[in-house]
Amino acid sequence: MKLVRKDLEKDNAGQVTLIPEEPEDMWHTYNLLQVGDSLRASTIRKVQTESATGSVGSNRIRTTLTLCVEAIDFDSQACQLRVKGTNIQENEYVKMGAYHTIELEPNRQFTLAKKQWDSVVLERIEQACDPAWNADVAAVVMQEGLAHVCLVTPSMTLTRAKVEVNIPRKRKGNCSQHDRALERFYEQVVQAIQRHINFEVVKCVLVASPGFVREQFCDYMFQQAVKTDNKLLLENRSKFLQVHSSSGHKYALKEALCDPAVTSRLSDTKAAGEVKALDDFYKMLQHEPDRAFYGLKHVEKANEAMAIDTLLISDELFRHQDVATRARYVKLVDSVRENMGTVRIFSSLHVSGEQLGQLTGVAAILRFPVAELSDQEDESSSEED
Amino acid sequence: MNSLSLSPTLVSKKLNYLIRDALVIAEENGHANTPQKGLLTEDTSVASRVLEAVSKSTLSPQVLQVSEEPNTVPTPVKKPSKTKPQIDVKAELEKRQGGKQLLNLVVIGHVDAGKSTLMGHLLYLLGNVNKRTMHKYEQESKKAGKASFAYAWVLDETGEERERGVTMDVGMTKFETKTKVITLMDAPGHKDFIPNMITGAAQADVAILVVDASRGEFEAGFETGGQTREHGLLVRSLGVTQLAVAVNKMDQVNWQQERFQEITSKLGQFLKQAGFKESDVAYIPTSGLGGENLVTRCQSSDLTQWYKGKCLLEQIDSFKPPQRSVDKAFRLCVADVFKDQGSGFCVTGKIEAGYIQVGERLLAMPPNETCTAKGISLHDEPVDWAAAGDHVSLTLTGMDIIKINVGCVFCDPKEPIKVCTRFRARVLIFNIEVPITKGFPVLLHYQTVSEPATIRRLLSVLHKSTGEVTKKKPKFLTKGQNALIELQTQRPVALELYKDFKELGRFMLRYSGSTIAAGVVTEIKE
Repeated sequence: MKLVRKDLEKDNAGQVTLIPEEPEDMWHTYNLLQVGDSLRASTIRKVQTESATGSVGSNRIRTTLTLCVEAIDFDSQACQLRVKGTNIQENEYVKMGAYHTIELEPNRQFTLAKKQWDSVVLERIEQACDPAWNADVAAVVMQEGLAHVCLVTPSMTLTRAKVEVNIPRKRKGNCSQHDRALERFYEQVVQAIQRHINFEVVKCVLVASPGFVREQFCDYMFQQAVKTDNKLLLENRSKFLQVHSSSGHKYALKEALCDPAVTSRLSDTKAAGEVKALDDFYKMLQHEPDRAFYGLKHVEKANEAMAIDTLLISDELFRHQDVATRARYVKLVDSVRENMGTVRIFSSLHVSGEQLGQLTGVAAILRFPVAELSDQEDESSSEED
Repeated sequence: MNSLSLSPTLVSKKLNYLIRDALVIAEENGHANTPQKGLLTEDTSVASRVLEAVSKSTLSPQVLQVSEEPNTVPTPVKKPSKTKPQIDVKAELEKRQGGKQLLNLVVIGHVDAGKSTLMGHLLYLLGNVNKRTMHKYEQESKKAGKASFAYAWVLDETGEERERGVTMDVGMTKFETKTKVITLMDAPGHKDFIPNMITGAAQADVAILVVDASRGEFEAGFETGGQTREHGLLVRSLGVTQLAVAVNKMDQVNWQQERFQEITSKLGQFLKQAGFKESDVAYIPTSGLGGENLVTRCQSSDLTQWYKGKCLLEQIDSFKPPQRSVDKAFRLCVADVFKDQGSGFCVTGKIEAGYIQVGERLLAMPPNETCTAKGISLHDEPVDWAAAGDHVSLTLTGMDIIKINVGCVFCDPKEPIKVCTRFRARVLIFNIEVPITKGFPVLLHYQTVSEPATIRRLLSVLHKSTGEVTKKKPKFLTKGQNALIELQTQRPVALELYKDFKELGRFMLRYSGSTIAAGVVTEIKE
């Protein structure tokens, strides 16, 4: 993402102009937008024209519109962002107050104005514009009969393909069905890799599986590549990295990402950092349960005591459309930072973020033990969930 | 009423009458039918067809108990030529039980303890593997530089398994002892293949735990990180109560009594904690490679001077067959799906409850589709019926193979199994490294299914022995705790409550390659 302009007033109102460049930038933009903001971008509108004779024709016209945002829709598979709203700047084609849906396009700039730019959104912009964050990793998590082909970007894990093949078990005196099905399965995974992984962008492909599946698969893939003279695979052979995972389900990607062999190769990926932070939280919960809190009420209480060392929070919470609720989370983040704590904002599109999302979305590792809330308060907070 | 037995036409007349007044007839039948069984063997096709209609029409609530009576009257024991037979499975089962009993046995233990070799050698000594095949395996394994793996090749059949010398999937075969027919499942010992081992163990009644007696190896398998403990806990949680421990590779320690005792005392303590009764655990010193103390008692004086007990085969023979739920509705969990010659496709699995006959309609869950069982085979031989406990392969028609996955449950269309994505369960937390909180992603292993799930809620911590609630809504769960939790699966799974079907109410939870909890289903939500 490129930041073209940033005009902020003293009261934190103002506007920024950005140019999204990659699919991931759409995700960032999705996280910036809120209902009530105004968005100005170039778009295509179907306009009805009536000629002097009264015949009606319709034209598609490219025009720049400014909308007051009413609904935001993000398609994580295609990385497309659609923003619906009413027009607040009349032009020759579109009347004031008319509804329109803008689909943001890469490499076309847009301007976003907010009444209130808070620290979380500003940090997001900074992060999105930092080119160092771009480290694309692809991962194939597999077990016999099941494979997920994923793309791991700093803030997203996208499942590109899921291959599921029924593999008959070995039976007394009959293994051929098993072997044939296995070969078919590998073939499908290779196809999925070729179709979904762009080797120009991707620096590293993790092949993770339990047992010997990964070895067998890599052998198969490169044998086939040699046979069919597939240059694409052969040239990128060095990018493939085999790691262990306990299963072929998507969440096992987490294990692959914290493998030391992987972390050394990908010096800085946010995904691996998040996995580690969550692990630390669980470790703390194991050893000193009074120093690991989760749930908004509990964490806020810990924050009051200025006890938070690391705050883990899911970005899902900042997409909350209710302004007051959102402000509560922002306040929490700001106050932790003020107290010299570190804040880690998890992407809800990562596996670890998904898990944190299930765990109320907010957790904290404390500097010193804080006694747990009494039971009555406990009741009230859990009813809220 | 005696005429009923003699002429089939009369029977059908009587049966028409029966429709009119089912209650009275049923009472009469009550004393009339018992001596007649077996006489009605020929040409009862008309009668049985009428009877089907009768039994349907008389199935009103007040006559429910008695309506079963006329149903059993003309049930022919032999197979009539034209119509689909209605076999009295219970009587047949008793007859079969008079012969050899069926028993499902799983072999478990740490990787390289010698499970496959032990069982392969046992099969060879029993004559289930002919000499020529064995000779071939010996030659080939020698050529591959793995001469000691020859017996394991009996069970490890895929190229990959032989090449690596590691069992990867459950190997299944059968053999016979003096009083029993054993379905043998040879589970993989490697850590990464525990999901496969669970599917095998879920179908087992009894287990053999193989441990390596040689110095250092037993310890490696027994200490944390080894599979001896995990396997032991798993089979116990999956409902296996009888266990034989084969202390293998005893020849490598010169059949020392001290070593045997050291191992048995260590293991005994652990198994007792795991919940095995001391009387249900037997220890047998063996040598899988040498074939000592497998089918015949060992002659070697090193052993006989201190060991007077059974050999492995005798021990297997003395296992008590468990109670089977034949009276309950039919349930079969699919362990494997494949295409065979001819029409339709095959599924294999163990019948957990009820019985089935050729030609019956079945309902598959979760896809919720019906199909017909065209053929049943037990140990590769076609049979007309099968009952709970049998490890069968069904040939099905009337359904597309893609709809059926491993883990589907076939059941009686009248009493379908419940399907849900959210359920509550009582779990026992194992020795875990990280505490369990809500939102924890786990793999749910239920029978033959492995399905990703998340822990939705931690409801309460229970007292270990009394089951009382000690803490409501805990923040997290740690090792050894007993708790009520709510689980959510990604896709629907077919489940039964533990109180209804013991065999089908158990499950395991695994997380990043280790088993974190065992549980039973207490409530199905939706």
